[in-house]
Amino acid sequence: MLKTLRQIASIGIVSERPPQTDESLRVRESLSEQIRTVLGRAPCIRHVDAGSCNGCELEIHALNNPLYNLEGLGIRFVASPRHADLLLVTGPVSKHMEVALRRTYEATPDPKLVVALGDCGCTGGIFGESYASLGRVSNVIPVDVAVPGCPPSPTRILQGILTALSTRRPTSADRGE
Amino acid sequence: MGVGEWLSSSEALPGAPGVRRVRVPLEQWRSVALDVAGASGRLAALWASGDALGGSAVHAVFLVERAALVVSSSWTDSAYPGLEDLFPAAARMQRATADLSGVYSTGADVRPWLRHAAWPQTYQPLIDPPLPPSSMAATPESYGFVRVEGDGVHEIGVGPVHAGTIEPGHFRFSVVGEKVLRLEERLGYVHKGVEQRFTRLPILEGHRLAARVSGDSAVAFSWAYCQALEGSSDVQIPPRAAWLRALYLETERVANHLGDLGALGNDAGFAFGLAQFSRLKERLLRASEATLGARYLMDAIVPGGTRLDLTAGDARELSQCVREIANEAHTLREIYDEHAGLRDRFNGAGRVSVELATRLGVTGLAGRASGQAFDLRLDLPCDPYVQIALSKMGRVEGDVAARVAVRFDELQESCRLIREIAGALPAGGHSTAVGSPPAGSLGLGLIEGWRGPVLVALEAGPGGSIRRCHPHDPSWQNWPAVEHAIIDNIVPDFPLINKSFNLSYSGHDL
Repeated sequence: MLKTLRQIASIGIVSERPPQTDESLRVRESLSEQIRTVLGRAPCIRHVDAGSCNGCELEIHALNNPLYNLEGLGIRFVASPRHADLLLVTGPVSKHMEVALRRTYEATPDPKLVVALGDCGCTGGIFGESYASLGRVSNVIPVDVAVPGCPPSPTRILQGILTALSTRRPTSADRGE
Repeated sequence: MGVGEWLSSSEALPGAPGVRRVRVPLEQWRSVALDVAGASGRLAALWASGDALGGSAVHAVFLVERAALVVSSSWTDSAYPGLEDLFPAAARMQRATADLSGVYSTGADVRPWLRHAAWPQTYQPLIDPPLPPSSMAATPESYGFVRVEGDGVHEIGVGPVHAGTIEPGHFRFSVVGEKVLRLEERLGYVHKGVEQRFTRLPILEGHRLAARVSGDSAVAFSWAYCQALEGSSDVQIPPRAAWLRALYLETERVANHLGDLGALGNDAGFAFGLAQFSRLKERLLRASEATLGARYLMDAIVPGGTRLDLTAGDARELSQCVREIANEAHTLREIYDEHAGLRDRFNGAGRVSVELATRLGVTGLAGRASGQAFDLRLDLPCDPYVQIALSKMGRVEGDVAARVAVRFDELQESCRLIREIAGALPAGGHSTAVGSPPAGSLGLGLIEGWRGPVLVALEAGPGGSIRRCHPHDPSWQNWPAVEHAIIDNIVPDFPLINKSFNLSYSGHDL
């Protein structure tokens, strides 16, 4: 116990400031800025791997590390689409995940946002379209923001999420500073 | 005949060291497997190849007596003899050859494995020409899960979409109260046609797809692919390139172990572990970006060598970073070892005994926690591992605690290796030119990834094309072990037990 406390005290707080939003990632504006501002106060995210190689998942995990400290921004991942405001979808959509992705989208209450992640989510990537792959996420469900990269860095993912939720810059008040 | 005789009648194959191939008629297919099983050999992979003109073949790779023995048999239309009684992991691989190539075994389990009725059974993706997704409608399916019956038995179905940020797959638990009687896995949800996609890529660009078979093993797969390709093209990569690749591979291993150790602490209710290890992992990824050019080394390995070189200054910086990470991990290990809550959750959970692991052919990291000491870096080493001293890791308890301990041990050893490699990089170029291999040549790459042995079989087509490429992730061998590990444990321990294996869905589903 003493070692644990000593470790916590010696490391201190390592969280960094969140990045600014990036309008170039936005694909469409389905919700008014007013709704997004409300949604953006304490948004809940449901991640769906629709066929990813698991590279994007590694960087999504990083969002929860103490440096990016996603929860410190009031954003958290939830276990059910029914609790979610935003779907974070990775991968080219495999044929086998098509039904699961559609159902997850339908189970998410309105108003909702979708962020497609990674080169595969944006374009189908190297996997493209085939007998087993439907390619980009927007081929299956509507997408609001698309974040390219293979895999996109946590900073880019965070930019995508923040861009989807709001056009305003997160302020220091959002972080409780 | 014994294994020695099959080896002596075999020919050398290009690619990884110690790869031999023997072609046998289908009648002898099982005889070879019997001899390998008798000599305590291991099944590394099984796949089928063929084309629309006929001429299908079935291939298996066995690891035995410091050699990798490829056995190939031509297949016409009668079922080939199944190997699932000798090597249980073969069962799912055989079902996959039926789904993708229409090459059937005599195995009793004829349920589809990678095909979920998203395309018709008559369409054989690796034989027939590619078709667009719109040409085939997904049809409803029912999969024949094994039912457990009796007083108080009920089923819990989980997935494919899980509650956390993990890959999709379906788990069907049959439970009484909280105790698990049986778990049946249903995988294949992230099947995205990787093997067919390979045949549409020029052979000199296939390494990019190989790196994305399983993103967490990008280095292992792209190295194995390039090893097969370079061998087939008769190219020797510069020594510096081999050392740089090993540096990448060990960095990948450390990054994954850091991530898993944090997640394992978290799954046992110790959020401190996740915060600390994910901080260390982020530190390594940033050092990797600063010195090796990327956080994740998806495109670091290219045919002929590596995409980038490493300056002496960057090598020192990376060395310093892993030295500090190793020191901090040492402190965290003491905290994990002394934590009563973690010990309670880790010890005895999800046990795979040595006997069971031997029987199932459990491999890689999970195998080393259950007395299976095999490690390609020691037992079938390629450059530069032939020149580097490496300690053999292993435990025999086979529980979550053992898999955690193996990760801690390997983390320290790989940090040491990174420093050793970074300090002894041979001078010279980091890449050389590679041409397309002759049509029909088969090369085999074998690399010990962080999860276990990664295999890539690469058959060249005419004009720089790929005729067939089969990537094989060790998860194929270890997924069945998870079904056994959970028996008699409680349902809430499944996430912990599953994470202690941390198997790939994408690498398995292809």
